[in-house]
Amino acid sequence: MTTTTSNAPTGSAGGASVGSTVSLTLHQFPYDLRSWFRNRQSRFFTVILPITFLVILAGVFGGSTNGKVNQVDVAGGKIDTSVYYVPGIITLGIIANSLVNLVISVTAQRESGVLKRRRATPVPAAAVIAGRALTSVVTSLVMSAILLVLGWIFYHAHLPASTAPALVITIILGSLAFCCLGYALASVITDEDAAQPVVQAVMLPLYFISGVLIPSSTLPTWLSDIANVFPVKHLVEALLAAYNPNNTTAGFAGTDLLIVAAWAVAALAFALRRFSWLPKGG
Amino acid sequence: MRYGAFEAVRGIDLHVERGEVFAFLGPNGAGKTTTVEILEGYRKRSDGVVSVLGQDPGHADRTWRSRIGVVLQESKPERDLTVTECLRLYAGYYPKPRGIRETLELVGLAEKAGAMASKLSGGQRRRLDVALALIGDPELLFLDEPTTGFDPSARRAAWEMVAGLRDLGVTVFLTTHFMDEAERLADRVMVIAAGKIVAEGTPGTLGGRDRTATLISFSQPAGTSFDDLPALVREAAVPEGAGVDRLLLKSVSPLEVLGPLVHWAEGRHLDLPDLEVRRPSLEDVYLALTAPVEDGAADAGATSSSQSGPASGGEQRAEALR
Repeated sequence: MTTTTSNAPTGSAGGASVGSTVSLTLHQFPYDLRSWFRNRQSRFFTVILPITFLVILAGVFGGSTNGKVNQVDVAGGKIDTSVYYVPGIITLGIIANSLVNLVISVTAQRESGVLKRRRATPVPAAAVIAGRALTSVVTSLVMSAILLVLGWIFYHAHLPASTAPALVITIILGSLAFCCLGYALASVITDEDAAQPVVQAVMLPLYFISGVLIPSSTLPTWLSDIANVFPVKHLVEALLAAYNPNNTTAGFAGTDLLIVAAWAVAALAFALRRFSWLPKGG
Repeated sequence: MRYGAFEAVRGIDLHVERGEVFAFLGPNGAGKTTTVEILEGYRKRSDGVVSVLGQDPGHADRTWRSRIGVVLQESKPERDLTVTECLRLYAGYYPKPRGIRETLELVGLAEKAGAMASKLSGGQRRRLDVALALIGDPELLFLDEPTTGFDPSARRAAWEMVAGLRDLGVTVFLTTHFMDEAERLADRVMVIAAGKIVAEGTPGTLGGRDRTATLISFSQPAGTSFDDLPALVREAAVPEGAGVDRLLLKSVSPLEVLGPLVHWAEGRHLDLPDLEVRRPSLEDVYLALTAPVEDGAADAGATSSSQSGPASGGEQRAEALR
């Protein structure tokens, strides 16, 4: 075996060194965002579906009964039912963007060998993961803005002013948290075709008991108690606090955000242990 | 490399020199992909010593990954990105990438630069795979069965592309089960069967191919008999012949037989219109090399499965550009 100059320590000859995780995250992000916008499935599940739900729910449960506008009990008073659904459906949009879409696309990338091919390049796992999460945060913010404007135009829902920073931060934190949960869920799904049904099977019951589709104040206590364990309801509550027109504070729901964050940290720890570049299925 | 009690490969000892095209041959399930994935850093080995570009791929860092390129046997293109966008994405992963345009021309995909990657044909996708593996300007390129599923013209085009890589000084580690591909492209060939190396050499000398007998056959001209032939020709004749009234001669020094034969025919104003001189093909050699080992492997498998507990002593050594 002849030894050649390649024996020299790597990276010294040309002075070129591999990029930092932050710069590679910012490099990865626009490509993930672009492919998100081009993907029909991601557009449907994260834009069309929440808008459809808002129109249906506000149409069915909003409006008025016997000349009296339907209202929902919330902290500090009552708000119109149609207005109540705006933060609930924002939650749906955040979860669709951060969890559902991410689980499907990450599982597909892993099982089809896209991640395996990236593994042979110098890109670190953290940049691939963070670039994808950044895409979810940005699309969640865009989605939330669309829903707020639609609520404002059609249901006379207000646009928050003093609580606007809290709303934006809650959307970002919620999106990041559900990205973590998405990576955890993706790591236990071994089949690309199973991703969609598994995610929906997990999320759909939670939507019903967490105040997304039905106001929490109308649910039996035992269902609310179950929902309290999971992060969906706490994100709904946190968004409602930051959106509620009766709220005179800055709009941060500390306890709810802490519970969402706790779920996120646990999910991230689990996902990092189980993360795989290689296909898990046959 | 062991999966449970099953050892996929053992006793492999291979070296790849800088700048050469090295072909790793073997039937399906022989341990090719296992070996390559150990070299690429995807798999952990159970035993042995492996050094690729001076590092153990099992503990390779990002700088090491920037010096290799990998074309996987199977991988889909990036979703919802064009060919150029795929290349830009991957170029950004590397410290000193090759130019996008230059890379596309290298693999013959320049006219598809704006196409969605998922809309490419099978052969074009393979070219994109190669382009993505080349974009980082690697010193060492792994090509795992690059032409499987190609039609003949796509295969020719792929061969020209690999020949172009050799001119760039890229070391190529090629896995294939096509003999003609190895013969055409490789400087050196190694044959693996049932997890063991069975032969190593240049395509021309593999398995003693250069020393095996040349086959000469022709039909006995009308009006002559076997006894009329020169002694050297008669001595080289194989009793079973090459067909009806057709003689088969075997000789390690074919000119010693052909000379007297031609002289004899010319002296009688005879022609030998169907004279055929043939070297054993690489495929003949390969089939001869892999067949007996595959039979032996069935026996070995039966033995190892009857053992309980981990077997001992699987060892492999591999070095690529140490």
